[in-house]
Amino acid sequence: MSAAKNINITLKIWRQKDASDKGGIETYKLDNVSTASSFLEMLDQLNEQLVNDKKEPVAFDHDCREGICGACSLYINGRAHGPDTGITTCQLHMRMFNDGDTIFVEPWRSKAFPVIKDLVVDRTAFERIQQAGGFVSVNTSGNTIDANSIPIPKHDADNAFMAAACIGCGACVATCKNGSAMLFVGAKVSQYALLPQGRVEATERVLNMVRQMDEEGFGNCTNTGACEIECPKGISLENIARLNREYLKASF
Amino acid sequence: MKLDSKIPEGPVAQKWTNHKNHLKLVAPNNRPKIDIIVVGTGLAGASAAASFGEMGYNVSAFCYQDSPRRAHSIAAQGGINAAKNYQNDGDSVYRLFYDTIKGGDYRAREANVHRLAEVSGSIIDQCVAQGVPFAREYGGYLDNRSFGGTQVQRTFYAAGQTGQQLLLGAYSALSRQIGLGRVKMHNRHEMLELVKVDGKARGIIARNLITGELERHSAHAVIIATGGYGNVYFLSTNAMGCNVTASWKIHKQGALFANPCFVQIHPTCIPVHGSNQSKLTLMSESLRNSGRIWVPKKKEDAEAIRAGKLKPTQLEEQDRDYFLERRYPAFGNLVPRDVASRAAKERCDAGHGIEANDTNEGVYLDFSTEIKSKGKQAAYGQGNHNPTEEEIIKLGKKWLEEKYGNLFTMYQKITDENPYETPMKIYPAVHYTMGGVWVDYNLQSTIPGCFVAGEANFSDHGANRLGASALMQGLADGYFVLPYTVSNYLADEIRTGKISTDLPEFAEAENNVKSAIDKFLSNNGSKTVDHFHKRLGLIMWNKVGMGRNEQGLKDAITEIAQLKEEFYKDVFIPGSANDLNPELEKALRVADFMELGQLMAMDALQRNESCGGHFREEYQDAEGETLRDDVNFKFVGAWEYKGADISKAELHKEELNYEEIKIAARNYK
Repeated sequence: MSAAKNINITLKIWRQKDASDKGGIETYKLDNVSTASSFLEMLDQLNEQLVNDKKEPVAFDHDCREGICGACSLYINGRAHGPDTGITTCQLHMRMFNDGDTIFVEPWRSKAFPVIKDLVVDRTAFERIQQAGGFVSVNTSGNTIDANSIPIPKHDADNAFMAAACIGCGACVATCKNGSAMLFVGAKVSQYALLPQGRVEATERVLNMVRQMDEEGFGNCTNTGACEIECPKGISLENIARLNREYLKASF
Repeated sequence: MKLDSKIPEGPVAQKWTNHKNHLKLVAPNNRPKIDIIVVGTGLAGASAAASFGEMGYNVSAFCYQDSPRRAHSIAAQGGINAAKNYQNDGDSVYRLFYDTIKGGDYRAREANVHRLAEVSGSIIDQCVAQGVPFAREYGGYLDNRSFGGTQVQRTFYAAGQTGQQLLLGAYSALSRQIGLGRVKMHNRHEMLELVKVDGKARGIIARNLITGELERHSAHAVIIATGGYGNVYFLSTNAMGCNVTASWKIHKQGALFANPCFVQIHPTCIPVHGSNQSKLTLMSESLRNSGRIWVPKKKEDAEAIRAGKLKPTQLEEQDRDYFLERRYPAFGNLVPRDVASRAAKERCDAGHGIEANDTNEGVYLDFSTEIKSKGKQAAYGQGNHNPTEEEIIKLGKKWLEEKYGNLFTMYQKITDENPYETPMKIYPAVHYTMGGVWVDYNLQSTIPGCFVAGEANFSDHGANRLGASALMQGLADGYFVLPYTVSNYLADEIRTGKISTDLPEFAEAENNVKSAIDKFLSNNGSKTVDHFHKRLGLIMWNKVGMGRNEQGLKDAITEIAQLKEEFYKDVFIPGSANDLNPELEKALRVADFMELGQLMAMDALQRNESCGGHFREEYQDAEGETLRDDVNFKFVGAWEYKGADISKAELHKEELNYEEIKIAARNYK
């Protein structure tokens, strides 16, 4: 392990008072940032400095800080979740940066994700897609069949799990030049399509979720593949292919 | 106040069935006329809200996150227990019940725990039916792993993301109800007050975190499922937003708070790196299936490692002290969490810690033995009965990656070290709180109509929770307990009609919240909220942490009371009340942590015994094991709020009766 050291950086951060404000980039100097800190701990340090100067801190979404809740976002130096792959912003560490660096921090940019304040965006469009069909219609009575009564090939179960690993952060949408949510929707549709429990409603599900996705103003997929690269959970493009197959199958 | 636990009569194995048979029901045509509020959307809250929606009640659910899917249940890694006995290794409902009572060091209620074990199997059935992709074996059937404090394999899992998959399952059920209009979801809302009318819980005041607007919501029952209070320590494995506020608000309105000193310090977390640290990251207990915990036998080796002059991989087998295997041969590395944590602290206090940070605290979690054994097994599985050392290691690493890949990656990203090549460095950290709002068998608090579920209540884990049991409890409460017990309560409410939010009680509650907010924003202080929260955390960790003693606790009580005063005088909150203001949110939460922290120290001080996670240094045997006092402390300590001066809080005792299990010293040797 390279020993932790302290670096001095310049931050260029998007500030926007609320949804109606035009917003703009502000510049901040921040000294003595430990390279062992996470990116969000660096922002904590900046906010501590701002509050001590009686200024309003930078608002950003975050919660679990271990890469699983999907709350954190941020476009860092032009990349969703910053300059590393397979991680969320909260897992990005300052050892990825050098002394004297200037770092640009912006919110997710997408028509379907309007800015609420500073770096915080509204991702409730994802919620409405889930509500349209991201479930198996089984009541929570407990009176279902025994969990082992339907064997599921390990390969299918593993693939369903890999699709279900999506954390709903929205990096795929933010990084897509079309603002498409196909990776997000593809992952959910795939999880259920691969499992016998989900097959029953597969037709209605894919039609309903795609309809809602279109209503929310997300763009279409043109197979660029940026989403797959920036996805912190490595959700594969295969899920988009499966979404298309399921959609076609359901449409005719 | 007389505490009535409402434990049903009869033999423990029949209590729940008999009880359910006699609970009152609400007919389907009456359910849409009844409003239920659910605060919190983790496993307990999301499953409860979904279930009530399905039943036909009118549900309003609240979470502070931007989506219910982000509640901190999402971060649970290792697994969920269920007495399915799919592995045919002697498991049963009774075993799970027994292990949980014993694991909790005989400080949990028998009846509640038995019910939990009874419904555990249905949870797995339910989740599979919802499309939760649990790990499976090649035959297509569900796989299991071991967890601490048990000698059977009853833990179901989905890689190291079991909590995520279970929460997404509950979230999908909740989303379905939201889509059908049966549940109204309020994202980015925080409950800041409970409203009582004629002594009954009748609603809440919630702040819209985006607009700052204070909203009144009424209901016939209020469910609190807002998780634990580990963030009172500032550093914990909890999410940044986890807080005690909802629980504390109902406590101030008359709900007793039980066993606040019972806190779980999890043995395997990544050690602290520095003063800017915002949270601690857990490495799942499931890793103890495959990892062996050790420190150098000789202090000089530990010193050399800390100085960077020696690598752990260079240390010969005979120079390593596998202290859990040495002290607890029967359970080895899979002793319960409290036992493992204390043993690690004991070694580090003795100077054998290996981490080069301020405190020199840290032990190794080493996978090299497992790599060799699983690698060999995999080679044989491929028909190679004479594998080379190199082939074995390669296959062993691949096996590890399949089982724990995401955890190993997470570790590497945080520490910049490769755990496939060098042992992980770990140390205990605050993880879970067994204490919580006191509830009766029906999960109802001492406020009629106010129910508490999941980690927020105190009921099932005694003084120490076993691994993979939190997920089980959250879903059990939400899917299989509350739908029955809350309906029983609501059966008397079918004639009540809609509750008006224009009642003076709502106006008064709203005004109280408003004045608390205004006071913070007009405070002419000079320090940030985090400044005070970190100081509170240090007091708690040093004096109400893994080891506690009389003097330390007395000091903590005074120091926290002083800190609270200083906090109100000198905290500075920027911004306004009318928009997104994270500093204000934090201030409101830390205010409640200050009061809770003091109560935790008081509770630890009155409990003159060591049990589970509560280790009083005065009460240990010659080998450093806990000395429980069943004559004087076999009770639930439930505190009644008596005003802002926490030292006036009054202790009530619920005596615990063990009818089914013979109470004994907890032995993992």
